[in-house]
Amino acid sequence: MFGKLTIDALPFYSPIAAGGAAVVVGGALLVAAVLTYLKAWKYLWTEWLTSVDHKRIGIMYIVLALIMLVRGFVDAIMMRAQQAFALNGGGYLPPEHFDQIFSSHGTIMIFFMAMPFMTGLINVIVPLQIGTRDVAFPWLNAVSLWLSAAGAALVMVSLVIGKFSTAGWTGYPPYSGIEYSPGVGVDYWIWAILISGVGSTMSGINFIVTILKRRAPGMTLMRMTPFVWTALIASVLMAFAFPAITVACGLLALDRLAGMHFFTNAHGGNMMNYVNLFWIWGHPEVYILILPAFGIFSEVVSTFSRKRLFGYESLVYATAAIGILSFTVWLHHFFTMGSSAGVNAFFGVMTMIIAVPTGVKVFNWLLTMYRGRIEFHPSMMWSIGFIVTFVIGGMTGVLLAIPPADFLMHNTTFLVAHFHNMIIPGVLFGYLAGYMYWFPKAFGFAFNRGWGIGAFWCWIIGFYLAFMPLYLLGLKGMPRRMETYNDPTWQPYLLVAASGAVVVLCGIGCMVMQLYVSIRDRNKTRDLTGDPYNGRTLEWSTSSPPPPYNFAVIPTVGDREPFLEMKEKGTAYQRPASYQPIRIPSNTPIGVILGAFGFVLGFAMIWHIWWLVLASGAIMLAAVIVRSSNDDQEFTMSAAEVKAIEDERFRAMGSRP
Amino acid sequence: MSAAHMSEASLSEHEREEIDTHEQRAFGFWLYLMGDAVIFALLFATYAIMIPGTDGGPTGKQLFDLNNAAIETGLLLVSSMTFGFASLQVKAGNRGAVLAWLAITFVLGAAFVFLEVREFAGMIAQGAGPDRSGFLSAFFTLVGTHGVHVTMGLIWIVILGAQVALKGLTMPVASRLHRLGLFWHFLDIAWVGIFSIVYLPGLL
Repeated sequence: MFGKLTIDALPFYSPIAAGGAAVVVGGALLVAAVLTYLKAWKYLWTEWLTSVDHKRIGIMYIVLALIMLVRGFVDAIMMRAQQAFALNGGGYLPPEHFDQIFSSHGTIMIFFMAMPFMTGLINVIVPLQIGTRDVAFPWLNAVSLWLSAAGAALVMVSLVIGKFSTAGWTGYPPYSGIEYSPGVGVDYWIWAILISGVGSTMSGINFIVTILKRRAPGMTLMRMTPFVWTALIASVLMAFAFPAITVACGLLALDRLAGMHFFTNAHGGNMMNYVNLFWIWGHPEVYILILPAFGIFSEVVSTFSRKRLFGYESLVYATAAIGILSFTVWLHHFFTMGSSAGVNAFFGVMTMIIAVPTGVKVFNWLLTMYRGRIEFHPSMMWSIGFIVTFVIGGMTGVLLAIPPADFLMHNTTFLVAHFHNMIIPGVLFGYLAGYMYWFPKAFGFAFNRGWGIGAFWCWIIGFYLAFMPLYLLGLKGMPRRMETYNDPTWQPYLLVAASGAVVVLCGIGCMVMQLYVSIRDRNKTRDLTGDPYNGRTLEWSTSSPPPPYNFAVIPTVGDREPFLEMKEKGTAYQRPASYQPIRIPSNTPIGVILGAFGFVLGFAMIWHIWWLVLASGAIMLAAVIVRSSNDDQEFTMSAAEVKAIEDERFRAMGSRP
Repeated sequence: MSAAHMSEASLSEHEREEIDTHEQRAFGFWLYLMGDAVIFALLFATYAIMIPGTDGGPTGKQLFDLNNAAIETGLLLVSSMTFGFASLQVKAGNRGAVLAWLAITFVLGAAFVFLEVREFAGMIAQGAGPDRSGFLSAFFTLVGTHGVHVTMGLIWIVILGAQVALKGLTMPVASRLHRLGLFWHFLDIAWVGIFSIVYLPGLL
């Protein structure tokens, strides 16, 4: 009846594991209690969970990302604490638990923090920047969100029921095969990734169609903002790289469930094929994450330097070049596999070549700032911190691109330091810059600057403290993922690294305070114009938060910085003689239903509850059939309603002090 | 779309929106098919490198039956043609003929799935199942993935057949039939790959 699921799956075997489970269950109960106390369930359901509005979907994605950022950070600080005291078998974590933590840390940070954060920012901003009323497939957008949430929920549930994978975030066989990992941990990992991966693929398709087919009149490709360009290229990579991880995880699941031999040691399996498949997705994934961040930096640097972006066209071509080259470097993740020298040399050279367009972008940002009137908004701080730090990470990356050098550094903490040095400043700082930059647009009130700057300084100082020692440790030969070690000269470095994690914790505290203070003071800091920074692009031309239809009249674009041009020509804020009725997609619960049963399906696959697999699969299929047979998926907002909303906006704008 | 032949000026706002919607959905579906093609490409590559991984078990030469594969190929290619006839009847607005051609397509597709399942069952019965060797894992997964796609296509034909019968050839239904057609023809292409990379070399 319940497959492999028994009462033993509950984590009473270890006080630390039980504590983690208690936090998850307690947190969920607390949220439920607060919602009940505020009588907010109906509001949550009708306004948010069933919404197909790209702005709300985007905000929900970012909420998911921030929650998972905290979860992933807890994993990180637990690892730093363990390694700081793990000399000669010290520390407080047993090996199996430590292995689960580093596996879930990587999985969460890539799939359930960075991916939703990026998808959320693209969702909120891209339709506004291209001057459209919604994405091409609003309902599919909701499905993508809820499948991502289902995957994240599976990872969280693994804290309470059963154990998570110990095979690292990459899940290499044969260790992740059924022979060496007979528990449910690897299955949790596989199904979390497969389910959320379907969502990511669909998001990619959705954004490609949105950007290519729904731009406002006059917005040619070369008038799109840098963020839209990077979102487009990242979406292309999403649509065509995610199938690779679907194949890799799918075949691993077949090995584990059906006794197949794709990646086993014996019976004709080929485990290196997995590593290839995984990184054919994995390397483009790096650029999926980082390209939109590059777009955000471009927007922020231009706005707060009060200058047009320097070398827009070179930035676009560099982005496109990175998009293509990102599919030609995957083997540099495993130079030590034993390919011939010629193969390794090819991928080493390609890796060095892909650094060139990235370098072009650094000059784009620097020269945009040059002689600009720079305003030190928190977003600008993240951008400057990024440029300085990212260049260091880029150079260690070029170092690792040399196969003989990589042989020495492979699987050491030097590598760990390198990719954190790319992803924390490159990806996370970028998303946080975007989060702080567009927060007033999404919510209609200012985001506190003081706490934002505090968060920046804690994060960047914490980053240097946590990861610079790991470079040195890697050079001294410390392997990654060590639960214990016996070289006393390593410990001082690991203590410094742990202190860095504590400083980052302060940064997260600042982020919490920033949210609290901003919400508390919201009535004093309303953004009535919709344009708090004297912005240049279309998202600033509409109100904050934008109305459900984004633009009462679709703007006509005549420049790369259309809103700045409108303001200079005096055509901004012009009202039409009359408004037209607007068709808006209706809310639907089918997205959240698919997510819920996607979660159930994954859970049932993990625990081998076959009747539940069939039942939830049938429900999902039925839901899709019902939805796809429905011809009437929109409602019409009358011209009078549009006029009322616009009247209110212009009244508020006129009354501003 | 027949509507696309009408001059732009004669269209109402709502009709133009419907055409835009159709075009965006068709483009999105093309992108999905490209992603699906990546999945097949990787499964083909995996199959190709696992051909030697027979673990001392049966090889393709011992297992494959060219007659069966040839009949499967014939069924699927003819079903693509009959779907093409259905598409022509959509343009002509002939509901009965659309339903008839869809039914014929369904029968051909179902016969294909039957032959494939029979082939799989026969191989499993002689101890050559997907858990026998890496080679057979790759074979069953590649060919089976295609078979699952065809089965999904059959379900889709039934649903759209019902929509044609109940709603008629409205713009949304015709738009869905267009995408089903893309899907069905795509499966043909994938099968041509399977026939030429799995069955023919396996027997030569």
